[in-house]
Formats: sequence, C-alpha cells, structure tokens
Amino acid sequence: MASGKLDGFTPASQLTLMRYLQGLHEAEPPSSPNLQARYHTGRLPNGRHAGSKPRLMLMGQKRSGKSSISSVVFHKMPPSETLYLETTTAIQSRSLHSFMDFQVAELPGHLDYFNPEFDQASIFGDIGALIWVIDAQDEYLDAINQLNSTIIYLSTTYPAINIEIFVHKVDGLSEDYKNDTFRDIIQRVQDELSDAGYENPPVSFYQTSIYNHTIFEAISKVIQKLIPQLPALESLLNSLCSSCRIEKAFLFDIPSKIYVATDTSPTDTSSYEVCSDYIDVIVDLEEIYGWDRSVENGYPMEERDETGNGDSESLVTMEKKGHNYLYLKEINRYLALICLMGEDSPAEKKVLIDYNVGVFQEAIEKIFPRNDR
Amino acid sequence: MERSKRQKQRKVLLMGRSGAGKSSMRSIIFSNYVAKDVRRLGATVDVEHSNIRFMGNLMLNLWDCGGQDSFVESYLSNQRSHVFTSVAVMIFVFDISSREAAADLLSFASTIRALYEFSPGSKIFVLIHKMDLVPADQKARVFQQKAIDVRTTCEDEGFQSQQVDFWATSIWDQSLYKAWTQVIYFLVPNASAIEDMLRRLADLLDARELILYERTTCLVVTHITRDAEQRNPYNDRFERISSILKTHKHSMAKHTGTMASEVSFAELQIKTGDFMFFITRLTENTNLAVVMPSDEASFNAARVNVQLARREFSHLDIVEKRGKDVQRQGKDGPALEEVRMADDGEASSSGRASDR
Repeated sequence: MASGKLDGFTPASQLTLMRYLQGLHEAEPPSSPNLQARYHTGRLPNGRHAGSKPRLMLMGQKRSGKSSISSVVFHKMPPSETLYLETTTAIQSRSLHSFMDFQVAELPGHLDYFNPEFDQASIFGDIGALIWVIDAQDEYLDAINQLNSTIIYLSTTYPAINIEIFVHKVDGLSEDYKNDTFRDIIQRVQDELSDAGYENPPVSFYQTSIYNHTIFEAISKVIQKLIPQLPALESLLNSLCSSCRIEKAFLFDIPSKIYVATDTSPTDTSSYEVCSDYIDVIVDLEEIYGWDRSVENGYPMEERDETGNGDSESLVTMEKKGHNYLYLKEINRYLALICLMGEDSPAEKKVLIDYNVGVFQEAIEKIFPRNDR
Repeated sequence: MERSKRQKQRKVLLMGRSGAGKSSMRSIIFSNYVAKDVRRLGATVDVEHSNIRFMGNLMLNLWDCGGQDSFVESYLSNQRSHVFTSVAVMIFVFDISSREAAADLLSFASTIRALYEFSPGSKIFVLIHKMDLVPADQKARVFQQKAIDVRTTCEDEGFQSQQVDFWATSIWDQSLYKAWTQVIYFLVPNASAIEDMLRRLADLLDARELILYERTTCLVVTHITRDAEQRNPYNDRFERISSILKTHKHSMAKHTGTMASEVSFAELQIKTGDFMFFITRLTENTNLAVVMPSDEASFNAARVNVQLARREFSHLDIVEKRGKDVQRQGKDGPALEEVRMADDGEASSSGRASDR
C-alpha cells in the first residue's frame, strides 16, 4: 500500500487499518505458496480450465481406433457404424456438454508432434489426460516406441498429465492371447521407462473394445481422475450406501453412460453393465410415453408441479427374493444415481431411501453449482 | 393328467426354404436368443418340434421344418398326412433377398397344396423376411409386389384371401415381434374375453394404457388404449416394448447368473413428471404394463387395484373347463373391489365396480 493512499482514508478506516496491522502478529500465517496437491490424482489440475473442464486427448497410430472411441462414447454412435468413419486428417476437438463440460481432442495418427512446426503449448498445454490407443490386433512394437518417446517428452515439459493406455480391440482375441498381449505391452512400456530413468510414471493400462462395456468403464476411470470433487462424491455415496443398505451405487452421466463416481466397495464389470443397460430401458420407455402432450388440440395441459416428480425415479423388485433390486433416480438433467440394492434392504422403508436420496441430491447441487436449468 | 386335457393344443407349422430364417426367428422369439446369437445356428435337420406353453393353457406345437429340398420332398410325399393334418396356423417364410424367387413360389405352391388337402381351414401367415437387406426407399414397393404374387398363388390353391395375412419382418428390428404378436393373438382362444376385462380394469384405474404381454416371450397379447393416449406418435410402441423388456431380461439374467427364461421381476416402476408406469404380474404367464398420468395417489391406488384384480384374471389362464362360466359372468362382472385413497389418506373399500 502506497503511503499516498492512506491520506485519502477516513479516520474510521484508518483506525481499522491500524488495528489490523497491530493484530497482525496474531493472525494466521498465510497458506504456503507451494500448494500441496489436494486432489485425488495427487497432482494439481493443469491449465486454465482445470477443474471445470476436463480435457482429454486421444493419440495413437493411424487406424488404432481413436475416432471410433470418441464417436461411440461421446456421440452415441452404434459400434457397427464406426466402420464407415473416415480417416481423421486434422486435429479434431469436440465439446461435450454434460454435467461437466468435456473436451475431447483427437490427434490424427500419422503426424509427428515433436516437429517444431506444431505449436505444442496449444496442443498439450491444457489437457488433463492423454489416452494412447494401441491396436492389440495389429503390430504394436512401433506404437510402443512412439508412446515411450511421447511419455518421456511429456514428463519433462508437462509432468502433470495422466497417461492412460488403452489396449484396444480386444474383443476379437481369445482370452489367453488377450492377457498375454496385455502383459507384454505393460512389460515393454515399463521397462523402457525405467531404463530412461522414470521409476513410477503416471501411467495406467486398460483393456478396451467398443463392442462391449469395457470402453465405457475405462473412460469412466480416466475421467474420474480429472474430477477434483471426486473424494466428496465418493464419501457421499459411501454414506448413502451404509444408511440405506445399498450394495453398490453409481453416479452415471446419462447421455454418455460413463460413471462419474461410485462408492468405494469393489466394482465389478457386471454391476456396471446391468446399471448401464437399465438406463437404456428407462430412457427408451421415457421416450415412448413422455411425448409432448401439450401440442394436442383441445387436450388440457396438466399442471405438473402439483403432483408428479420433476425428475424420474424408477425401481425394480425381484420376485423370488421379494426385495428391491435396482433403483434409479435422476439427480439433474445429466446425472442419475443408480443403486444395486442389498439383500436385506427393506422394501417397505422406501421413505428412508427417498429421504436419503433427497439429501444426496442437495449435496450434489452444492458440489456442482449448476447453470443448466 | 387332467391338466393336459384342459390344455388346448394348436399345431403351428413353420416352413420356408432353407436359409430363409425360420430357426432364427424361432430362437429369438421363444428361446431367448438375441439377434446376433443366431449366427451360431446350423441348418435344421428334418423337423424340430417345440412345445411352447402360452397363456397357461395354450400349447403351441411348433414344427420348425428344415427347408432343404430333400426334407421338403419328404414332407410332401411320405410324411404328407402326418405333417399337414390338423394344422391351425401355417407360417411361411420368404427370404426377400433370395435370387430364386420363382423356385420359392413353386415350393410354396406345392406346400400349400398339401395343406389344403388336409387342413383347408387353416390360417396362413406369410412373413416376407430379411427386409433389412432391402434399401429403405424400396421396401414398400418390394413388399407389395411380393404380397401380390403370393396372394395369387394362394387363391389358385383354394385359400380365401381372408385366410392369408402378410407381414414384412427382420430380426434386427421390432417388426419380428409385431408379426408374431399377430400369430399369437390369432391363437389365443379367449382374446375377446380378456380384452373386455382389461377394458373395465382400465376404466377403473383411469389408466392411459394397459398392455398385456406374455412373460417368457415378452410378446404383447393385447392392449387397451384410452383416449388420452390415442395420439401417441409411436405406433410401433408395443413391439418396441417387447424388445426393450426382452433385452432387460437378458441383462438381469447375466447379472444374477440365472437363465434368461427363469428371470422375472415382481414389479418395475417408473415415475416421471409426464407419466407413471409400472409392470407387474397379472397371471401365471402374463404381465400387465400400466401407463398412468403423473399423479402419485392414483398411481398407488392403481398398483393396489391390479393386485386385487389378479384373482379375477387367474381363471383366464385355464379357460377350457370353466369357459362357459366366465363368459356368462362377463356380463354381470364379478365384484371387483376398489380401494380408494380417501383424501385423508385412509384406505377404504367400496363395493362392485359398477357402483362407482
């Protein structure tokens, strides 16, 4: 504060200032300028968009499957139609508006990014995770070399980027061959990196295919690492599960069917699949019977606010065991909570579940301040 | 022993040339296959018999007859009377992508000639199959043309035009369900009695729509649509629902580790701001789907009322013995109790439905 400014102050504020300065030694020390990484990933989110706009980058050799992945997961293309996708020639960047804004950038496989002609800061500067797609059905040694040089380059310039490796197109391989290939790739990458001096690079491996749920699960895990609010979501889900005796709860993003968070009990593929399929059932039935009645001639528009719920809710009860089985509640336009109920979950105590889910919903609204309604 | 006497046996022949798609259809509708599983099926050898119980008392004897020429020769000659006697329904499948259209038609002609000899009163469903292979803009024209050709052949062999129905089908969409639903509807012996009771139930519940469907096959038996829902733009929604529910069954079977044929849920509910929906068991072999307006009180009342209505519908499953009783009772109506949620939240019953 320049002394010249003090002259302009009124006596009251001057007193306040003096009081402040006098009390300064009792004040709390300011937080250290080296912010400890406080997020789930253990490192700070990158770039100016950090935390609000997770950015993913898909890289890999040509024809490894990058555009197919992007289309199937984020643009609801049926996997069989990806045969007709043309080769990507320029850097494609697509935004996905969902509960969070995603950006997915796709780099064509035949270009060399370390050529000084490319503006690397603009390409790599903002991304949270780099997904490298390896075609497991093809020759992958060359891909691994390229991958390793990319990792080494990035670890010096942009060390905070998560590297996720998708061993892709595994649907066509037999179980043994699939596992052997997976282990082989992991081995080679880790050997190369440790030779180059990186003991614990931020690298994760996934087996994926667009023809089943594995690609959605892998992308779910990748995105979860980029959401800073993840620990809060997980603990909310944990308390929901313990209070309502829910076996497994997922917070799904409805349009893309990736899950944003789950409770911390072990997740297996079949739970994810049944929940993902259940969303399809609900969305399809909602489409059939949720047609716009207001445009009917002479048909009175119902007053919605009086009676019905604003967001959808659904429940499936199994016959043999007589208990609740699947429970779905739309949290907002994009997110849905899906629960696999436990064996002894009381079917009569729906009220308990309703109340707890209501509390959960309010908490979500605080975590993700919304501007979409 | 008694039960088998009460059961009505209906013989259904499924015929067509080799590779037309008969076994694929059969496995998708009756054996819980999904469309992509049918690639595994090989050519049918001679006849594959399935006995399918439908709606409790209706036993479909489905004869899936191998289409290879040698088998067809055999049916038409030494097994002629055995195959073609007492047939209720003949389902004949034409592969629209076949390059031997003339030969297909000749084979069809000789088959129905044999049918006319032994079961002149039977109903014929002609399924023009594999329509997904026809470009969209030509579908209608191609179908019409084929239907005309086949109809001419039928008339030549002595069948009246009202005995023959035509459907365009494909295993990759819900047209398959639509066609088979018609077959089933034709075979269910007491369809109109069921419809009457459902109509009354719909009025009682003030439901927008009621759909009765068979549990294992998820085929829609019948439906009642009330005024409000007539303008629903999805005219094919019943087949879509069949296909949605079938996929859901598969998904649950996979998760719980049981067979798809054994999986069944007690109730599925969906509540949204636009509508409320639930599916629950109505009889041993059928489920009822109810579409209600978005009102919590009437939704809950509807659920209770359907539970109470179950015992009235239970005798529809075994109609042979009490058939006449049910028909007579249909006029006065058995007392359907109604549980009304009074404004103060207490449940009270009132008497017969007609007192409402």
